[in-house]
Amino acid sequence: MARQGLFGSSLIKKYWMALTGLFLISFLVVHAAVNAMIYFNDGGVTFNKWAHFMGTNLIIRTMEIVLFLGLILHVVDGIILTRQNRAARPTRYAYSQPNANSKWYSRSMAILGILILLFLIVHLWHFWVPSRHIVGSLEPYGVDAAGQDNLFALMQLVFSNPVPVVIYVLGCFALFWHLLHGFKSAFQSLGLNHRRYNGLIAGVGTAFSIIVPVLFASMPVSMYLGLVK
Amino acid sequence: MSIPDSKVPEGPIEKKWTLHKEHLRLVNPANKRRIDVIVVGTGLAGASAAASLAEMGYNVKSFCFQDSARRAHSIAAQGGINAAKNYPNDGDSVYRLFYDTLKGGDYRAREANTWRLAEVSANIIDQCVAQGVPFARDYGGLLDNRSFGGAQVSRTFYARGQTGQQLLLGAYSALMRQVGKGKVKMYDRHEMLDLVVVGGKARGIIARNLVTGKIERHGAHAVLLCTGGYGNVFFLSTNAMGSNVTAAWKAHKRGAFMANPCYTQIHPTCIPVSGTHQSKLTLMSESLRNDGRIWVPKKIEDAKAIQEGRKKGRDIAEEDRDYYLERRYPAFGNLVPRDVASRAAKERCDAGFGVNRTGEAVFLDFASAIERYGKVEANVHHIENPSKEKIRELGMKVVSAKYGNLFDMYENITGDNPYEHPMMIYPAVHYTMGGLWVDYNLMSSIPNMYVLGEANFSDHGANRLGASALMQGLADGYFVIPYTIADQLADDIRTGPIPTNTPEFDEAEKNVRGRIDQLMNIKGTEPVDHFHRRLGKVMWDKCGMARNDKGLREAIEEIRKIREDFWKNVRVPGKADAFNQELEKAGRVADFLELGELMCMDALHRSESCGGHFREESQTEEGEALRKDDQFAYVAAWEWKGDPGKEEMHKEILKFEALKLSQRSYK
Amino acid sequence: MKLTLKIWRQAGPDAKGAMVDYPIDGISEDMSFLEMLDVLNDKLIREGQDPVAFDHDCREGICGMCSLYINGRPHGPERHITTCQLHMRKFKDGDTIYVEPWRSAAFPVIKDLAVDRGAFDRIQAAGGFVSVNTMGNLVDANALPVPKAHSDKAFDAAACIGCGACVAACPNGSAMLFVSAKVSQYALLPQGRPEAKERALNMVEQMDAEGFGNCTNIGACSIECPKDISLENIARLNREYLVAEMTKES
Repeated sequence: MARQGLFGSSLIKKYWMALTGLFLISFLVVHAAVNAMIYFNDGGVTFNKWAHFMGTNLIIRTMEIVLFLGLILHVVDGIILTRQNRAARPTRYAYSQPNANSKWYSRSMAILGILILLFLIVHLWHFWVPSRHIVGSLEPYGVDAAGQDNLFALMQLVFSNPVPVVIYVLGCFALFWHLLHGFKSAFQSLGLNHRRYNGLIAGVGTAFSIIVPVLFASMPVSMYLGLVK
Repeated sequence: MSIPDSKVPEGPIEKKWTLHKEHLRLVNPANKRRIDVIVVGTGLAGASAAASLAEMGYNVKSFCFQDSARRAHSIAAQGGINAAKNYPNDGDSVYRLFYDTLKGGDYRAREANTWRLAEVSANIIDQCVAQGVPFARDYGGLLDNRSFGGAQVSRTFYARGQTGQQLLLGAYSALMRQVGKGKVKMYDRHEMLDLVVVGGKARGIIARNLVTGKIERHGAHAVLLCTGGYGNVFFLSTNAMGSNVTAAWKAHKRGAFMANPCYTQIHPTCIPVSGTHQSKLTLMSESLRNDGRIWVPKKIEDAKAIQEGRKKGRDIAEEDRDYYLERRYPAFGNLVPRDVASRAAKERCDAGFGVNRTGEAVFLDFASAIERYGKVEANVHHIENPSKEKIRELGMKVVSAKYGNLFDMYENITGDNPYEHPMMIYPAVHYTMGGLWVDYNLMSSIPNMYVLGEANFSDHGANRLGASALMQGLADGYFVIPYTIADQLADDIRTGPIPTNTPEFDEAEKNVRGRIDQLMNIKGTEPVDHFHRRLGKVMWDKCGMARNDKGLREAIEEIRKIREDFWKNVRVPGKADAFNQELEKAGRVADFLELGELMCMDALHRSESCGGHFREESQTEEGEALRKDDQFAYVAAWEWKGDPGKEEMHKEILKFEALKLSQRSYK
Repeated sequence: MKLTLKIWRQAGPDAKGAMVDYPIDGISEDMSFLEMLDVLNDKLIREGQDPVAFDHDCREGICGMCSLYINGRPHGPERHITTCQLHMRKFKDGDTIYVEPWRSAAFPVIKDLAVDRGAFDRIQAAGGFVSVNTMGNLVDANALPVPKAHSDKAFDAAACIGCGACVAACPNGSAMLFVSAKVSQYALLPQGRPEAKERALNMVEQMDAEGFGNCTNIGACSIECPKDISLENIARLNREYLVAEMTKES
């Protein structure tokens, strides 16, 4: 049985995984940059300004749709891959020592992906849903010093409770492991492997996998601790 | 039945093959599609023949007992493949390759065959390169050559230490291409258990599907046996565990002559036997002799001390070491041909100078090579007055770059570090020059049955030179059989498919089933290996490197006893109609038990020393091998007469037109 | 040496299998792993039991026929060797050793520890060759120089022995290392270039059809490969296939 179409062969699936993965990585950069505006510590004025821009700019809103499509593709592709991979080994080994030849997070991309997805649902429910007026709106949180919609205030509210803070930090851990494999892996999948650059790709990948999740995790923590006001 | 015509063509030796090819009959392309060919074995000879014949249009069925055609034991050849390309401009030519091969084989090969082998050798390299075989290359991108096995020219092409693997995978890829096209039907995990002869011609085989145990009939217009050598008759050899004589032996019993069965090649550089559990021997590449020096202690008390573990090799002072090859053969030293090196090792060990627990090992020492290379490296790197340690360190790097993988392999098997202690080696059975008799067209004494590669009695005479086995396998498969088979099959263009519901197939199948039932029903007490080990010991002790009349006569009696015991007391567990590895082994060992006797008979009658065989009664005053050309310049072709003891010998007198016979000397 | 072996026993392709314990004594450290199994089988035969079926042939690490998953790893604990090259001195007296067959939907068990790796042959038949017939009149081998670097890399890839340890090691049961080694060998040599696209497409199609899993770049295959085939080859296949897929005519 030849596999045809969008998810065609095992390699086409692999390319989609890599391309959507890299696309989602590029989104993480933008998202982290915008969110980092809270560290201006100006009562959320700069942050809210950018949040407003992100919520209203036509190009950004279009890209938001593309982003969701990319995410869905990444998830669906991941589900197909995982199901096929499980079917490829119907009888498990009675005794296996996988740590001798590979990293646990490389083998656990599906489970890490599910954790990230669950976190994402919570995260979207917290911020994206009200800010896009899907259910409710940002109105209850008033306006900031510059008279803008106050997404910042909503953040403060959410992160005043330790439960979401812990969930967000755990989500960032999942993201860290997912990226640690995913970043390098995307390059390998696209055939970008050369002895001269492998070290660079691995180094940048590891740095990225640490910096971005740490930056994200720092936000709820610093809000909870009142470091950002 | 007398021996058939060898069909060596007339004409000067360098023109024979060309003239012969021009006069062979052809089968036109449309008619090739009506002809079926069975090829048994997928090594270099079998895979190359099956692929080539399928490309030409014949319908091919290919059989191997392994789980894939790619696993045939050609894959294990390490060193390289000879070809008279003369790329290095060092004076090589077809004539020189021919001369070296014939002389190296102690003038016991058929001259015209050996010439043809040398003649097509160059084509093999071209063909393999075109297939994508990654031979070693130099920095200019051209093919690299090395000198091998003491040859005076560099004519050996190689792919690191895995030349056999790369050549086989090349032939296998060509075979798989034809499988993909449907021109070859592949039967892996199948073993040929009988040849079917109809109207005096080979017309099919009986095979056992090793997975299901099903006995199958396969008809064809011709059968090619490319089933390799029978070195496993010695139990311990460098052959694969499954290498066997069964297909060839069944054909022998159906009328194919077995030629020179006692010609066995003993390879000098193998890892010595470590205990009774041992299942096989591992070859260390002959290239090690380029840099290693072979020695044993001079004093018997030192040898005793080493055998008892009281001393190590490096405890023996330089002046107390006997570099016996350098002493006996100053011109060639450690690079004497395989047979000479092997015999010399045995001579020293028999005299009590062996250097391991069993007393059957000699040292192969790299200390002086390490020192020599270290000094050169020190000069290259402008190191003034280097310390001994520095020289050693630099030298070890060079030796490791050249032989690192072999040293690792040695350490892995023996648990001993060869950089620290001299390596231990001992000769082991490696290749069999003898095999089924074939004429110049590679056809056996049964018409329409051909024998290729190591399975035939071959072009190597009584001893094969290094890097010539791969050459012969591919020469036969790619460049000989495609021409010669047509000459015979031209008669079969109107024959139509060979039916398998004939009395001949019935009889053959009944024969196979009967033998299997017999083996299954003995229900004795001893596993198959028990008998195989006993046979191997007799063969090695009495029909190995050195032989004598008395020993051979004893061996024949002993083998008969073991055979009798086998048929009374072997235990084959499991069922015949299922995957049953013990049953496979039992069938093979049963055939070895018959072949072994024939080998001893052949060795007994050949009361001369030649090639790898030192006949103790036939030696010079200095103890060197003495060949007797006036009495033994012939091929001994044995005909089955219903019992191993009753085989009848026919002689094919060897005529030498191009070369004069001379004694080999490496002094 | 005294050991406890836990071995997968399965009477036939459709039979249910199970791990069975076998205590064994008198094992010398000079034995190879397979010789240790020979000793076990000798004992089983003498006791009237069915010996353990396992594949093996050359016993020197080149034919690729031996295939055991030993103590949780293909070809056992040592790197860069096959099961037949593993020696008992790597184990300790009293050890328990698990021995299982390769586990893959594409490698069905025939009996006990022997599996059917015909899938690899079919992948090879789909494109693992250069379409050149045996030629009566050849182009001289040196007519086409090949850069040494390419030739060396092609050799590194061609060193694959087709044992299937990559599939056995891969948590996804992917055969990408095997397929990529073959594709790489030919992709790196000028002789293989004319058919490079079809080769990549056809071999991958066959690989997928055989039921192997998908490669997710875990890397276990290369670590466990007895011939140290590099992941670079998988990247090369990814490249070759991408170009082929994007530029194919139909």
